[in-house]
Order: sequence, then structure tokens, then C-alpha cells
Amino acid sequence: MCGIAGIIHRDGSADVGSEMTSMLQSMKHRGPDSSGYALFGPASDLVVIRFKLADANDPRDFDFKERLERHRLEVETRLSKIGASIDRVESETEYAYRAQVRYDGDLKALADYLEDVPGCEVLSLGHSLEIVKDLGDAMEVSNLYGLAGFEGTHAIGHVRMATESDVDISGAHPYWAYPFSDVAVVHNGQLTNYFQWKRRLEFSGHRFQSECDSEIIAVYLAEKMAEGSSLKEAMDQSLDDLDGVFTYMAVTQDSLGVAKDEMAAKPLVLYESDELVAMASEEIAIRAVLDREIDTYDPYERQVLVWSR
Amino acid sequence: MEPVGGERRITYDARGLAEPDAEVPAVSEIDGDRAVFDAAKLTTRQINLELRNLIYEQGIRDVTVRNPGAKHSIGVGILQRCRIRFEGSLGYFGLGLIDGPEIVVEGRVGWSVCENMMSGVVEIKKNAGSLTGAAIRGGDLVVHGSVGARTGIDQKGGTIIVGGDAGSMTAFMMQRGRQIICGDVGPGLGDSMYDGEIFVAGTVASLGIDCVPGEWTDADTELIERKFRIYGLGTPPEFQKFVCGKVLYNYDNLEPSERKLVIH
Repeated sequence: MCGIAGIIHRDGSADVGSEMTSMLQSMKHRGPDSSGYALFGPASDLVVIRFKLADANDPRDFDFKERLERHRLEVETRLSKIGASIDRVESETEYAYRAQVRYDGDLKALADYLEDVPGCEVLSLGHSLEIVKDLGDAMEVSNLYGLAGFEGTHAIGHVRMATESDVDISGAHPYWAYPFSDVAVVHNGQLTNYFQWKRRLEFSGHRFQSECDSEIIAVYLAEKMAEGSSLKEAMDQSLDDLDGVFTYMAVTQDSLGVAKDEMAAKPLVLYESDELVAMASEEIAIRAVLDREIDTYDPYERQVLVWSR
Repeated sequence: MEPVGGERRITYDARGLAEPDAEVPAVSEIDGDRAVFDAAKLTTRQINLELRNLIYEQGIRDVTVRNPGAKHSIGVGILQRCRIRFEGSLGYFGLGLIDGPEIVVEGRVGWSVCENMMSGVVEIKKNAGSLTGAAIRGGDLVVHGSVGARTGIDQKGGTIIVGGDAGSMTAFMMQRGRQIICGDVGPGLGDSMYDGEIFVAGTVASLGIDCVPGEWTDADTELIERKFRIYGLGTPPEFQKFVCGKVLYNYDNLEPSERKLVIH
């Protein structure tokens, strides 16, 4: 089933960390397996890297901790080797980390080099995007990663009921649009031509970290944008290229977009005002941040809507 | 009438959603045969228990619910003639399986409102989600705003009136009844419909399989004028009528009991 939510403030920033937690927690019944956030903080000169070195449910063998420490040092060594000067590397949990580095080179080369370290997966890369995802409901993930008080302009989130792949962090949304800076996607639905697109995109040199069908939307959009399309154009084109049922949201550094398939098979409720735009699979998620009577509507089939902050 | 609590309570609740221990909150202000309560702090089950208690146990016939807060599955299974007014929006699966009540929702409703409604009148002042009036069998369902996709899917009777636009696959697999849509409709109108009538005032993006323009009758004019008058919708615009082309009409259209008579 899955639940998705998005919010973009048009008049400055807000505590999008807490807002997204409230939205996702109110839709916990749509997906109790994992919860994920893509949050946009103030743009920084530094590159923020969110990565993990193990999954939440990996077996804890005898040298689990030593191995993680070894791999973390290896990541730091490689960051230096590739020319990134490290500002800081912080442990968020036992296995998830947040690094800030000064780096002007190719992000794909950086991501590939880091992911070559055993167990390493880059969850997000960018100047303001931070993807946080883990098993459990939104409150648990928010507490674990300290997301309350995260000031930003926009965010998307996802609560997952796993259908197409395993219950682990790799299978959790949002997906970063590897290797594109500051782009992420959440998806509710199933794609049926996933393997065809995965093969095509792998031929173009992209990597996939999960078996989840949703990951291709992020990489698909990234490739289209790398070819020169705007977010809106890439999303419009995806309606013809992707088969299956979907409502998905995509975010870039300054925009938030949503697309619905041609059957309008998956729900979306939308609220728009001069100050903010909020959308979710269910109205109760919007009401979790706007606790009053509001006018909302369901977008129709094949609609692509994009807002900029 | 079924007891409000008691023997048939749900005792197994793996996901923690069924609230097996919920009790009637008894928070209503009752004035004669009218009652008002605030649902802001109540759970879905508490709201429904309160409604059922008022209507069935206390015989109250006019209930106002404040702040329903877009919660899901509110006001389901009311099988009694009564009036209910929701001062706010409902979530998904609201007002399902009802038989008899007159309900006004002053806000918006989510997916699958009035699913399987048997009779009564439901008036929604704002927009509605997809699957509005799924499988309804009778009564009038009036949405003053726009509706999502698949309105009246599998409709078996009754009338659905939409003041605004409707999405794709409207009246999908409709079997009987009427739909009056004052705005535009999306692609696939009346796809695979078996019977029934659809009236559209705006543009139709495309017709579904075996949905064809129908012949206008005086009864259609009378129906539309009457419904517009009842629900205060003003002067009716000009409508186009669509019906089943009966080319796909090769299903077994007998009720199970009738089929038995033919086979044996």
C-alpha cells in the first residue's frame, strides 16, 4: 500500500523534520515496515553525504563493530584520496553516517568510489538534500536520527509496506537519484516494466542498490535531467515511459513535483495555499500539520504538478 | 438491533487499529431529539460508537458531529432514518454501507464515500476522492465539488450527482442507476457498463468500451429538473446522455436465483 507525503514552504523555511514526522506518523497504517525522509536544509557550499555501512537487520557477528569502524576509516581515506576535504563525519546510528566535505569533482566518481567499500551505500549526496531512512515508524526513525527541529524549505517522505522487495534500508524510500546532486523520489505503487528500464539504465552506467522497482524512477529522472530536461519535462515523459500504477513525488533543490499514472490508480490529496503546498496519500497526513478545515482535492490521471519555493 | 458493545466485540487486533476496548464516550450535548458532539479528540471507533449509541440506543434522529478531522471510516453502517451533519471533512471509506440516513458533509470526503449505500441522501459540500459511490444500490449521493476517478464503479442503482468535474473511468462497470455530472469527465467514461444512464454537461475526454450516446426522453428532462430543484443546483445546463451500447452485452445478466431456475 505505502504512504507518501510532501510539503514545500513558499514563504521561507520551517521545521520540516517535525512536520514530515507528523505527516508520516499519521499514515503509519499504510506502511509500518520502514519510514524515510528527504529533507532540504539551507544550501551549503559543502557536500553532504548520507551513507550507511550495514543494514539495520544485518546479522551482528563477532567482528561487526570492528568491521564497521574499519570501513568507516576506509571511507574517510577514500574521501581524501579522491580530493574531498573532510569537514566532519558523524555517526547517526550504529551503521549510518553523515559526512560534510568540500568537493568540486564528479559526484558519480565519488559515489562509486565510496560504494566500493564493502557494505557502503550512499543514501544521498548534495548541497542541501539529506535522505534519512530506516526500519520502523516515523517517530522511531525521527528519534533515532534526531530529525525534530530540522529547518528546511521542503521535504518528502514515505512509509513503506514492502511488496516488491525486502524489508531493509536499501529497499526503503526515498531514493536518491544517483548520481545526480540533490534529487530524490518517493513512490506509491508498482512498476511493471522495471526490469527493462533497469537494464537500459545499467547500460548507461547507472548502478542500482536495491531490488526495489521504485529506485528506477529516481535514476530515470536523473538521466533525463542530465540530458537537459527540466524536472517537469522529465516527469511528463515518465508517464509514457513507465508502466504500472504510481503516484510519485520528486524533489530537487528548489522544486517539488508530483505525477500520477494514467489510471489515477494511487491516491493523492493536495492542499495549496500562498504559504505552502502539502500533499499526501491521505488527508489526515495534511491535517497533521494544518489542524483546521481546509480545501483539498485529488489530482487527476496523467497530471504532473511542480511547485518551486 | 445489534448491541453497541458486548458479545460481538473484536478481540483479535494484531495491527492495533481496531480499538477493541473502545467504549461509548458519551460526550454529546443532547437537546430533545437533537445531539451535538465534538469528534476532535475521539478515535474512529469512538465516533462511530457515539453515533450508534445516539441513533440506536437513545433514539435521537438529528446528530451534528463537529471536527471529524478527515478521519477514515466515519459514519458507516447506519441503518436507520435519521439526520447527521458533519461540520468538516471525512477521510476514506466514510458513510459506507448506510441504509436510510440523510447526511450532510460540510467539508470534503476521501476515497470510497458511500460505498454500497442502500438508500438515503448524502450531500457533500466540497470535493470527493476517487471511487465515490462505489457499488451504491440506491439513494441520492450529491457532491457539490469535483470527484476523483472511477465514480460509481459497479453502481447498481441510485443517483450520483456531481457539481464539478469527474476523473477517468467514471461509471466503470455501471450496472444500473444514474449519474449526473455537471462538469467535464476524464477518459474512459462508462467503460464496460452494463446498463444505467450517464448525463454529462461538460466535455467527455473519451468514451469507454461499449458506452454510446443515448436517446433523450422527457423522463430524463423531468429527472434532471427534479434533482436540480431538490438540491438547489440552479437551472440545469444542457446535458448529453450516455448509455450502454449492449455490444459487450454477452454476460450472464441473470441474478443467481434466476439462473438456478434456468439451469435446473
